[in-house]
Amino acid sequence: MSSDLPFYLIAALTVGFAIAAMSLRRLVHCALCAAAAFAGLAMAYLQLDAEFVGFAQLLVYVGAIAILIVFAVLLTRGDEVRPDHHQTSPTPMAGIAVAALVLAGIAIPIFTSPSLRRVAPPTAIVPVKKIGEVLMTRYVLPLEMVGVVLTGALLGAVVVAMSEDAEVKLTVRRKPAGHAELKGEMSLP
Amino acid sequence: MNTPLSHYLVFSALLFGIGFAGAVVRRSAILVLVGIELMLNAANLNFIAFWHYGPHPEALTGVMFVLFSIAIAAAEAAVGLALVIAIYRQRKSAQVDCMDTLKG
Amino acid sequence: MNNLDQIFVLTQHWLAALAPGPIQSLVSMLLAIAGLMAVFGSCFALTTILERKILGRMQNRFGPNRVGPFGLLQPLADGIKMLTKEDIVPYSADQALHFLAPLALTIPVWLAFAVLPFGRNMNAIELDCGILFFFAIGSASELAVFMAGWSSQNKYSLLGAMRAIAQMLSYEVPLVLASVPALMAAGSLSLPDVVQSQSGYALGLVPRWNVFTPWGLAAFILFLIAAAAESNRCPFDLPEGESELIAGFLTEYSGFKYALFFLGEYFGLFAVTGLAVTLFLGGWQAPAKWLEWLPSWGWFAAKFSALILLFIWARATLPRLRFDQLLNFAWKFLLPLALINVLVAALWWKLPAAMEIRWLLCAVLLAVPYAWLGRSWRGAIPEQRQYHYVE
Repeated sequence: MSSDLPFYLIAALTVGFAIAAMSLRRLVHCALCAAAAFAGLAMAYLQLDAEFVGFAQLLVYVGAIAILIVFAVLLTRGDEVRPDHHQTSPTPMAGIAVAALVLAGIAIPIFTSPSLRRVAPPTAIVPVKKIGEVLMTRYVLPLEMVGVVLTGALLGAVVVAMSEDAEVKLTVRRKPAGHAELKGEMSLP
Repeated sequence: MNTPLSHYLVFSALLFGIGFAGAVVRRSAILVLVGIELMLNAANLNFIAFWHYGPHPEALTGVMFVLFSIAIAAAEAAVGLALVIAIYRQRKSAQVDCMDTLKG
Repeated sequence: MNNLDQIFVLTQHWLAALAPGPIQSLVSMLLAIAGLMAVFGSCFALTTILERKILGRMQNRFGPNRVGPFGLLQPLADGIKMLTKEDIVPYSADQALHFLAPLALTIPVWLAFAVLPFGRNMNAIELDCGILFFFAIGSASELAVFMAGWSSQNKYSLLGAMRAIAQMLSYEVPLVLASVPALMAAGSLSLPDVVQSQSGYALGLVPRWNVFTPWGLAAFILFLIAAAAESNRCPFDLPEGESELIAGFLTEYSGFKYALFFLGEYFGLFAVTGLAVTLFLGGWQAPAKWLEWLPSWGWFAAKFSALILLFIWARATLPRLRFDQLLNFAWKFLLPLALINVLVAALWWKLPAAMEIRWLLCAVLLAVPYAWLGRSWRGAIPEQRQYHYVE
C-alpha cells in the first residue's frame, strides 16, 4: 500500500482537477484546472517509466494547449456572465447518466479481466536514443505525416481565426517600403 | 511498485467518463473541447499503461502511439479553438446552443 | 586537486552517510537542493546590486552606494523593504489565483536547476532527457504569468500578461531550435553528455566547444537573444516596462509577492544562462589544458558570470523593442535562421573534417540568409529630416 501511495495521490489529484475543470462556473478557472489535470497525467506517465512522453505531455499540453484554451476563453469573452447563457444543458442529469453508463461499460470488463492481478515486470527505462532510432526507421512515415498535418493545422488555424480586416490587408497587394514618402521635407508652421 | 494494471485502467476510465460528462453537459464550446482533450488524454494513459505492463515494452509501440496522439491532439485543439473564435465573431456567442443552425 | 574539484560531491556523500540508512537518498537530495538554493540565492542578491551598479556606471552615475561599503549591502535593505511592505490585494481580485500566481512562477523555475551540470559529476538528477525536462518546465511557467495578469482584474495587468505570454511563446520556438544543433552534436538529450561531447582540444590548442563552430556561434547568439526574451529582459522587457503598462502583469502585486516574481525572473535568467553555458560554452570544462587547475565548478561560475554581465550590458545599451517589432523579430527573423542553422549543422557533420572547407562553406551558408533576411525586414529607414524655417 505504501508503495502505491504516489499512484493514489496522483490519481486523486488528477481526477479532482478534471471534475473541477468540468464543473466550475468561471471558464478561466476551468481552463486552469484542466491544465493541472494535464500536469497530473504527465506525472502518471512518469510513474509508468515513460519519461519522454511525460515531458512531452508537459511541454505540449500544459505549455501550449492550456495557453490556447485560455486565450480562446479571453477572446470569446467566455468569462462574462450573461443571463441568457446557461452554464449547463437543461437536462444535465441525462448527460451524467450516459457518462456513468459509459464508465460502467469500460469499468466492468476491467474488473472481470485478469488485469486485476497483473503486476509489472521490471522495465528498464527506455533510452531516448532508442525512441529516436525507432522514429527514424520504423515510424518515419507517420512522423512525416504528422509534420504535414501540423503544418496544415497551423495554416488552417491562422486563416480561420483571422479577422476580416486582416484578411483584406493580406489580399491587397502591398506597395514596396515607402522610401519615397519619407524623403519629403518637413516644414514648421 | 506493485500497483496492478487495473488501477491505471480504472483511473483512465474515470478520466474518460468525466471528460465525456463535461463534453455532453456543458454549454460552452470551449469546455466541450476541453472535455474532448480529457478523453484523448485518458486514452493516451491507457496506451502507456498497457505498454508498461505488456509483454514487449522494448518495441515502444505504446510510446510511439501516444507521441503521435499528443501531436495530433495539439493540432486538433488549435483548429477547434480557431473555429470557435471565428464562430464567436459571427454570432457573438460561443455557446453550442447558438450554433444549432447552418444558416448565417 | 581532484578533491577540490569534487569537494561539493564529497561533502554531500559524507553528510548523507551520517543519516540513517533508509532515508539516505532523501537526505542527499535535500542537501543538493539546499546547496543550490544557497548558491543561487546569494547569486541573485549579488546580481541585483551588481546590475544596478553597472547600469549606473554605464549611464555615467553611481549606482546605490549608501548601504554598506560601495553599496554592497543593498540587497539586504531591499529584502527588508520587500518583507515589511503591506501586502495589498485588490478587492475584486480573484483571491486564490492572485495568491497562487507567484508560486506557480517560481516553482518550475527552481525545478529547472536540477538538470544543469555545474561541475564534474555535479548535476542533481541524472535524466536521460534532461533538456526536454528543462524546456517542459520552462513552458509551464507561462500559465503563471497569465494567472497573475488575469487575477488582478485590471485592464493594464491583463494586457501586460497577454503581451508577456505572446512574447514567451514566440521566443520559445527559436530557443528550442537553437539548442537542437548542440544536441545533434552530442547525440543525446542528456546534459552531462552534451558537456562531454565538447571535451578535448582541436589542434591541441582550441577547445572543442560548440561556440567555436559556425553553426555553434550562430546558435549561441540565437539562444542568447531568445533567452533574453524568455526572461522578459531588456531589450525585450515590454511586458514590465514602466512607461508602457505601469508594471504590466505585476501591477497589483506588492511586498513579498512582488519579490517572488522578481526572484522568479532572475532565477529563470540564471537557469537559461546555465543552459547556454552547458550547450555552447563547454559547460564546466577549462579553455586550455594548462588552465585545468581551476576546479570545474569554478570554470562554470566564470562562464556564467561572463554571460550575466553580457545580459546586464545589453540592458544598459539597447532600447526597448516595440511589441510588433518583437514578434516580427521572433517569427520572421529568428525562426528561419534557427531552421537554416539546423540544416547547416547537419551539413557540417556530413562533410569530411578538412577544416577550412567546412568552416568557409558553413559560414557562407549562414551569413547569406542572415544578410538577406535582415535586409528584407529592416523596414523603411527614415531619412534625415530637413527643417525649413519661415524667414
